[in-house]
Amino acid sequence: MTDGRLPSRLDGIARKLNGPNTLGNSKAFWLAFAVGMVGMIAYPLVRGSYAAGQTSLFLVYGLLALSLSLIWGYTGILSFGQVAFFGIAGYTYAIVSLNLGGAFGQTVALPVAVGVATLAAFVLGYFMFYGGVKNVYVAILTLVVTLVLETFMAQTAGSEWAIGSVQLGGFNGIPGIRNFALGVEGASFSLSGSGFYWFVLTLLLVAYLGSRILVNSRFGYTLVAIREDAERTTMLGYNVKRVKLAVFTLSGALAGLSGVLYATWGNYMDPSVFTIVFATIPIVWVTLGGRESLLGGIVGTIIIERLRLWFSVNASEFAIVFVGVILMTTVLLVPRGILPGIRDGYVFFSEHGIRKGIERGRGTIQTRIQARLESVGVGGSETETPPSSEAVRE
Amino acid sequence: MSTPQGLNVREQPAVAATGSSRDAILSTNGLTKKFGGLTAVDSVDFTVDEGEIRCLIGPNGAGKSTLLELITGQLTPTDGDIYFDGNELTDMEPHRRMDAGISIKFQSPHIYESLSVEQNLRVPLQRTDRDIEAVLARTLDRIALAEKADEPASDLSHGEKQRLEIGMAVTLDPALMLLDEPVAGMSVDETADIAELIRSLHDDGMTFLVVEHDMEFVRKISEQVTVLNQGSVLTQGPIEAIENDEEVRRIYLGENA
Repeated sequence: MTDGRLPSRLDGIARKLNGPNTLGNSKAFWLAFAVGMVGMIAYPLVRGSYAAGQTSLFLVYGLLALSLSLIWGYTGILSFGQVAFFGIAGYTYAIVSLNLGGAFGQTVALPVAVGVATLAAFVLGYFMFYGGVKNVYVAILTLVVTLVLETFMAQTAGSEWAIGSVQLGGFNGIPGIRNFALGVEGASFSLSGSGFYWFVLTLLLVAYLGSRILVNSRFGYTLVAIREDAERTTMLGYNVKRVKLAVFTLSGALAGLSGVLYATWGNYMDPSVFTIVFATIPIVWVTLGGRESLLGGIVGTIIIERLRLWFSVNASEFAIVFVGVILMTTVLLVPRGILPGIRDGYVFFSEHGIRKGIERGRGTIQTRIQARLESVGVGGSETETPPSSEAVRE
Repeated sequence: MSTPQGLNVREQPAVAATGSSRDAILSTNGLTKKFGGLTAVDSVDFTVDEGEIRCLIGPNGAGKSTLLELITGQLTPTDGDIYFDGNELTDMEPHRRMDAGISIKFQSPHIYESLSVEQNLRVPLQRTDRDIEAVLARTLDRIALAEKADEPASDLSHGEKQRLEIGMAVTLDPALMLLDEPVAGMSVDETADIAELIRSLHDDGMTFLVVEHDMEFVRKISEQVTVLNQGSVLTQGPIEAIENDEEVRRIYLGENA
């Protein structure tokens, strides 16, 4: 699996990063990854600080998508609750940083906010997994928790809803959150524009590589085993509840980090992060990009959010409809998502050659579309199923 | 991750099992399970001796699978106790029972379809401190899947999936192996392979409790048979005696013959 030319220390790291639980392990993948990273790093230099500031939101969301990939793609637990931890962390960050004030306050607020989100994920996860909640009920329960938070935060408009000097503000939320800063008074640096972009990019890169190491470790095997068959995994001596709780808590922490960055990016925090639309969007990102791939979720996020931005500028309220169409088309053509689709295509063409591959691929797509159309009763079906349809008519 | 104590538990009795004195490895005491108004298992007193292959037969709904699920901890009993290797299991979490030295092969194959055959075996092995590569090679050989080690498990035939799952359960070297209808839906040849596998594991000192309908298969592997009917033990004894028992023939074997 390793190409033997790397020095031993690098080889050790490469071995930890690569494995059967991640899609891209080849030299070609890492080369493309490196090129992509160089492009990402250079982006603010080419497009300027303002554009970089706008784009950094997509990277912030990328962390949220990564958290969902871990819990859903790898462990098989569909959670609508990632935005709940995202929002909890964002609100906590706003309340703590504005109460303490200054760069030091912001520096302290970051770990506190992530900690509160992590704790929230732990508590919710504990009651779910140790209470025997499974499968679709986890999705329902996490969605309900998220919507309850929306309802609750939306009614905090009155002046009695204040923590310290910060008004929770109901629908309007908490304004005036400052750009992210690190350090103490007099020796701090504030991050905005390009600086913030690079900061988030670094965090995302670290989180991505860390997640790769995690899913290719023994723990990662356990996650995949639980996704494939939780009962079998218990009956091989694994404490499935504990592992589920651990990964749910970890992904809650990642979502929390994302939420903190979101709050500092937009300089405000409001209950819209707990709405059903925002709770669903991460699932769209991850589905589009490929949920069995960590990078897939991030790529899906950037594609969808870039398009959403474009659509909302050019077609305003129909943005979400277009996103829906894109999602449906993708799921129809590459059911496993874009990145797994590219990987499959790469393997396919390297096996069959370009020309033959294209012919075969065209055939596959045609049959797939035909099958989908037939399944909803459009076209093609008349000629192929005469006995049953005639019988019905008679 | 804790080291499965089952490994240590197992090393010593393997010697004792070959001797003539046999102790109960598993025993239940007044074990009862009610589902609402239905009593699936009705105060069952039942023992499995160390080193034997015990078959559990009975008509559908007799409580065989429920009994297995009570032993693994997937179900908690309404009343009664379960003892395994001198320890009480009744309130123990399922995964801890596996650590204590119990393993199960479910009725329908429960394997990790998207993983390769080898990876399927690595999942249980990675928790242990055994020599993973050695055990892996031996197990693959034993379940006759060495040539398919790198194939995705989803590509295996039904019989191969059953063998793979037995292999996964066996890598933990359990003292007691529970098999829920291991040859259901298998061809004659595949059934013979499974019987061979069970016998060879038994020769190494593994104790078996097998739920099975196929009497021919039972005859091939078993020394002792327990007949369950309507949640209670109807009778138990050597297979010849069971097959000639009037009542058993009437309520169970008669139906199939």
